[in-house]
Amino acid sequence: MNFHSFVAEFWPSTVDGLVIGFIYALFALGYTMVYGVLKLINFAHSEVFMIGTVAMLGVINVFNIHHAQSGLALVGLLLVCAVAAMIGSGGVAVILEFVAYRPLRRRGSSRLAALISAIGMSFALQEIAALWILKRRDSRPLPSIMGHNVVFTIGKAQVTTDDILVVVVSLIMLFGLDRLVGATKLGRGIRAVAQDPETATLMGVNLDRVILYTFLIGGLMAGVAAVLFEVHYSYTQFNVGQLPGIKAFTAAVLGGIGNLRGALLGGLVIGLLEFYGSSLFGTEWQNPVVFLVLVVVLLFRPTGILGESLARARA
Amino acid sequence: MTGVEQKPARRADGPREDLRRVGRGWNRLTGRAGRRWRRLPIPVKAVVVLVVYLALAILVPSNPVAHVMAPQSGWSNVLSEEIGVYVLMAIGLNVVVGQAGMLDLGYVAFFAVGGYSIGILTTHDHLNFWEILPIGIAAAALAGLLLGAPTLRLRGDYLAIVTLGFGLIISQAATNLNFDGGAQGISAIPHPPSIGHIKAFTYGVTDFKPYWYLVLAGIFAAIWAVRRLERSRVGRAWVAIREDEDVAELMGVPTYKMRLWAFAIGAAVGGAGGVFFATQANHIDPTLFSYQVSILVLAAVVLGGSGNMAGVVLGAFLVVWLPERFRGFDKYRILVFGLALVVMMIFRPEGLLPSRRRRAEMSEPASGGGMGAPLVAPTLEEAEA
Repeated sequence: MNFHSFVAEFWPSTVDGLVIGFIYALFALGYTMVYGVLKLINFAHSEVFMIGTVAMLGVINVFNIHHAQSGLALVGLLLVCAVAAMIGSGGVAVILEFVAYRPLRRRGSSRLAALISAIGMSFALQEIAALWILKRRDSRPLPSIMGHNVVFTIGKAQVTTDDILVVVVSLIMLFGLDRLVGATKLGRGIRAVAQDPETATLMGVNLDRVILYTFLIGGLMAGVAAVLFEVHYSYTQFNVGQLPGIKAFTAAVLGGIGNLRGALLGGLVIGLLEFYGSSLFGTEWQNPVVFLVLVVVLLFRPTGILGESLARARA
Repeated sequence: MTGVEQKPARRADGPREDLRRVGRGWNRLTGRAGRRWRRLPIPVKAVVVLVVYLALAILVPSNPVAHVMAPQSGWSNVLSEEIGVYVLMAIGLNVVVGQAGMLDLGYVAFFAVGGYSIGILTTHDHLNFWEILPIGIAAAALAGLLLGAPTLRLRGDYLAIVTLGFGLIISQAATNLNFDGGAQGISAIPHPPSIGHIKAFTYGVTDFKPYWYLVLAGIFAAIWAVRRLERSRVGRAWVAIREDEDVAELMGVPTYKMRLWAFAIGAAVGGAGGVFFATQANHIDPTLFSYQVSILVLAAVVLGGSGNMAGVVLGAFLVVWLPERFRGFDKYRILVFGLALVVMMIFRPEGLLPSRRRRAEMSEPASGGGMGAPLVAPTLEEAEA
């Protein structure tokens, strides 16, 4: 254990951890909402995210961008990227529901069957990306589209423009989703289905539509997460979603799966743990530390920090 | 459960019904064969098993078979190192997934424990294969207990994610640590010492047939042991847990203990697979224990027919053999595999050779964990199937 480096790197770790934590939180929403409604791990959600990063790469290629933009051009570019990534990710999430989940639900299959079918889709999507879209298996760098200008410093940590972008955009999306689920008719439907699907259907909730929208919302959030991830890390690969996906799921479980605010809390905790863990034990132990903490949390509080229920999200 | 929306009535005849009838006929046939088999006296059984073993050992690696099965690659090598080991692992994972109904997404961890025990013990302590086989199996079982003890109290989905995490970090931990060779892994793992000068027991570099005999013997032993367990009190407890844990607990089944048993036994078989693999491959490194292995073995179990021994063996064979046989389509094999999983889950979720009990569960949404949302009530024929 290297306490010296932990103390020295405390503020930079905190900033980096919070930034990646917000991205995990957005990513985790897809897992947590689908779990809340269907009681099912959407294993292919990491590929939904991956398609978002690929869509962003597409936009950058179309506009032929090679270096950082600024001012209005940057805002426009980010918006176009976000729209493209959201269309890509949301579309894939909807396709997933139609291809991999709905037919199984119609047949009354078990959850294991649904999980396997999701694993199958995950393989297929990864291969489609590797074979025909990216046309390569190694990682592919993206030009970083915005400069990393220092805005202010905390301790030794330099907070850059892209950090602030990530935090602000994430907070807006999370707040919007919270309102959507808490205060709209669709949100009421989602909560009703999460609570008791059968009764909800009897009360006139269109189940298939609610499930479809749940997947779509999860996909849109993953699309935004993908853009923010690219702004920060600038690379994509056919399996880019895999590791962040598992961490995002961990975040969802940690905060209390099915709980939207829990996803934010879980994401931030996971992000911080990741960076604190790597400054304490070395970067190669980053992932083992995260999973160890997950196991410990599940042992002592299996419902996560905030408790699990999409149904109890308040208006 | 009442149907929320009614499907239009399905025609009683047509290709789908024919298919179902064929399936039912097949099930009846295998059921009858099974009953007859169980009535045979033990010496007859032993002779039959021996004959089957010899037939498989001699015929399967022979040249004409190799020509059909794997024209482009070394068949007996593929057979012992890949197919044999995967069959063994699928048998082990089937105990966890098929029998006890727990979802383990990190099964590769136990495979790695087996592989690393032989790697470390042969190179550091100069033990030989025969001494290490029981040690490796015990080490994997112990790893299963250690991992299972804290996590098996969790409910199914969390178990899945914890095992997934564990499966992912095992290769990373193996890379980070030094005593196991780090990222380079361990090279020059000795082959098993030869017994006498009999060709069938000479474990060399060029002839892979002795390894096939060895792995096949391991598979037979594993099938025998697991079969015995399945038909014992423990096996019945597993099935009870799989069907309904709460009811099992109320009926006096020590569910936690039994789940732990299933986990440890599955792990032990996986560890044996690792030992067999490492001794043939000569070399192990962390990349061999990637999380894809877990998924492939799980796919083998589910494709073949989770809970049914013949099914999982067939599944493991197909999962390894198909990509190997059709190397021409090498590029597309994972894609096809992924899509096949989806199609399979839609049209035959119970697997190619389902166990009959499992089949009944799969078609009944109320038990075995339906997907939460209300489902169209199964029609009478579906409930029967």
